[in-house]
Amino acid sequence: MGPILKRFFLDLSFPLLIFSVLIVKPCVAVDRKPTIKDPESPGDYVFRYKTLAPDPGPPGRLIAADAPNDAGGTIIVSWGKAPGDNGIFDTVKGYIVYRSEAPDTGFSMLTRLPAGSGSYSDASPENGRSYYYRVASIYADDTLMAAETAGAIPRTQFFHTRRILVLLFMLFFSGAAIFLISHSKKGGDLYIRPIAGIDAVDEAIGRATEMGRPILFVPGLGEASRVATIAAFTILGRVARKVAEYQTRIIVPNYDPVVMTICQEVVKEAYAAAGRPEAFDVKDVYFVTQDQFPYTASVNGTMLRERPATNFYMGMFYAESLILAETGFVAGSIQIAGTDQLIQIPFFIASCDYTLMGEELYAASAYLSREPQQLGTLKAQDWGKVAAILLTGAGIIAYLFSRGAGDALKAWVIGG
Amino acid sequence: MRREVPLTIVFICGAFMAFQYFVPHYASATVYEYALNWTTIISIFTLAVGIGSLVNLHSDRIARRKPTWRYSIVTLAALAFMTILGVSSPDALSNPTGLFMKVYFYILSPVQATMFALLAFFIASAAYRAFRAKTLLATLLLLSAVIVMLGRVWVGDMLTGWLPEGLRFSYVANYILDFPNTAAKQAIYIGVGLGVAGTTLKIILGIERTWLGGGK
Repeated sequence: MGPILKRFFLDLSFPLLIFSVLIVKPCVAVDRKPTIKDPESPGDYVFRYKTLAPDPGPPGRLIAADAPNDAGGTIIVSWGKAPGDNGIFDTVKGYIVYRSEAPDTGFSMLTRLPAGSGSYSDASPENGRSYYYRVASIYADDTLMAAETAGAIPRTQFFHTRRILVLLFMLFFSGAAIFLISHSKKGGDLYIRPIAGIDAVDEAIGRATEMGRPILFVPGLGEASRVATIAAFTILGRVARKVAEYQTRIIVPNYDPVVMTICQEVVKEAYAAAGRPEAFDVKDVYFVTQDQFPYTASVNGTMLRERPATNFYMGMFYAESLILAETGFVAGSIQIAGTDQLIQIPFFIASCDYTLMGEELYAASAYLSREPQQLGTLKAQDWGKVAAILLTGAGIIAYLFSRGAGDALKAWVIGG
Repeated sequence: MRREVPLTIVFICGAFMAFQYFVPHYASATVYEYALNWTTIISIFTLAVGIGSLVNLHSDRIARRKPTWRYSIVTLAALAFMTILGVSSPDALSNPTGLFMKVYFYILSPVQATMFALLAFFIASAAYRAFRAKTLLATLLLLSAVIVMLGRVWVGDMLTGWLPEGLRFSYVANYILDFPNTAAKQAIYIGVGLGVAGTTLKIILGIERTWLGGGK
C-alpha cells in the first residue's frame, strides 16, 4: 500500500505544481486584494477582478448617421463599447463625445455619458452642414480617444419609411369606404345588425316623458378632439331631438368647456329641428369643472337630486365610470352607456342596462341616420375586420412553420 | 355658407394632419407644431367660456332661490377664493407652503381621494349584481371571476395545492387572463381602431356633421 501511495503522489506532484501556479496563484492574489478604491467616489469600493480585467482601450467602431424619418437637425452617433465596459469588470467610467465642423481639428466636448452607453443623439446640428464626431473612453487613470472620426450631414426627410404599412392600410380602407359609399348610393342594400343599446334610446326617452323626469346625458371626460366624444355628439343630437319632440328635459353636465360649447350647439339645433327652439334652456348644458372627481361628485349630486329617468354615458370615461353608473342605479334610472375605453366596459356592463362596446359607439351614427354614406363607411370597417382576420391567420401559419414554433411543438410533444 | 366654411376648414385640416403623419419634413413638422400650439391657446380661452357658464348657472340658482341655492353660494365663494389666492401671489402654484397649495393639498386632494375610495364599495355592489348566475353566460362569468379572484390570493393555491400545477387556481387564473381575456381585448381593440378610422374619414369627408350642431 505504501509504495503505491508514494508513486501516486510522486506522479501527481508535477501536475499539482502547474495547477497551483496557473490557477491558485491568481486566485490568491485576488483574495489578498479583491477591491480597489474608486477615485471618483471616495468610500465606495468597486469590486473587480483586476487580474482578469482587459487592458484599457478606446471605444470600438464609431458611426455617425443622419437620424432617419425626422425633420432633420439630428445626428445619431454610435460606437462599440470600450474594453471592460461589459457589466462585469466596470473599469470604464464613461464616455466623452466630441464634435467639430472640420474632420481633423476643432473638436470640442459635446457631452459626457455614463458607462454602458453605446450611442448619442445630437439634436443641435443645423440641416445641410457637415459635423464630425470622436468618442473617448474614460478609465480611472486615463482617457483614451478613439482613433477614428465619423461624420454626417443632417437632412430633412420627405417620407416616413417605417409608416408604409399604415399608409397602405389607410389607402385600402379609404378606397373600400368610397367604393361602398357609391355602391350604397346606387341603391345597394347594406345590412346593419340590431344594436340593443341604440334601439333602447326611444324607449328610454318615452319612459322619462311618462315619469315626468329629466334625462341626464354625460359626454365623458374626453376632449372635443377625441373621436369617442365626437360619436357622443351624434348620439346627443338624436337624443336631444327626441327629447324636444316628447317635450321633456335634458341635462348635460360637461367636463370640458369646448365640449360644452359644442353640446350647447348640438342640443340647440336639435330643439330647432324638432320645431321647439323656445324650449331649449342653455343652463341645462353647463360646465362643471375640469377635475375628475369633483366632476363625478357634481354629476352624482345631480342624479340624486333630479332623479333622472334615464342616464346616458357616452364618450371617454376613466375611474369615475363605475361611481357614476352605480349612483345612477341607486337613483333608479335606466342607464345606457357607450365607450371605447376597454377597461371601463366591464364596469358599464355590470351597472348599466345597455352598453355600446367599442366600435358600437362609432356605429351609432350610421345606425341612427341610415344614410347610405354612413352605412358605406360602416361596411368598410367590416372589410377592415376581414383583412385583420386574414392577417391574423397568416401570422399564425407563419409562426407555426417557423423554426421557433417547430422547437416549441417538439418540446411540447416529447416533453423536452 | 354657415356649414360649407367649417366643413372646408375641417377637410383641409384633416387632410393635412393625415399628410403630415407620413411626411416628417421640417416644413410639415413646423406647421403641425404651430397647429398644436393654437389648439392649446384656443383651449385656454374656452376655459373662460366654461367659467362664464358656471357663474351664470349658479347665479341664476341663487337669484331664483332654487332648492340647492345654498350649495351654489359655496361653489361661487370657493371659485372666487381660489382665484384671488391664485392671482395674489406670483408663486402661488409653485410654493408648496403657500395658502393656495395648502388648500389644494389639505382640502381638495383628500376630498378627491375620498371620492375615489368609494370605488371599492361600488365594485362590490356591482359585482354582486353582475355575478348572479341567471343564464349560462352569466354562470360562466361567475365561475371565471371566482377562479381569477381566488387565483390572485393565497387562498386559491391553499385550496387547490393538492392538484397538479396546471389545475391550480393561480395557474388557471393566469391562463384565463393571458389567453381568452387577451384575445377578446385584442378583438375589441381592432374594432375600436377601425371605428376611429371610419369616423375620422366621415368627419374629413363631411359625411359626419353632427359636431356642427343638429346634424341630419
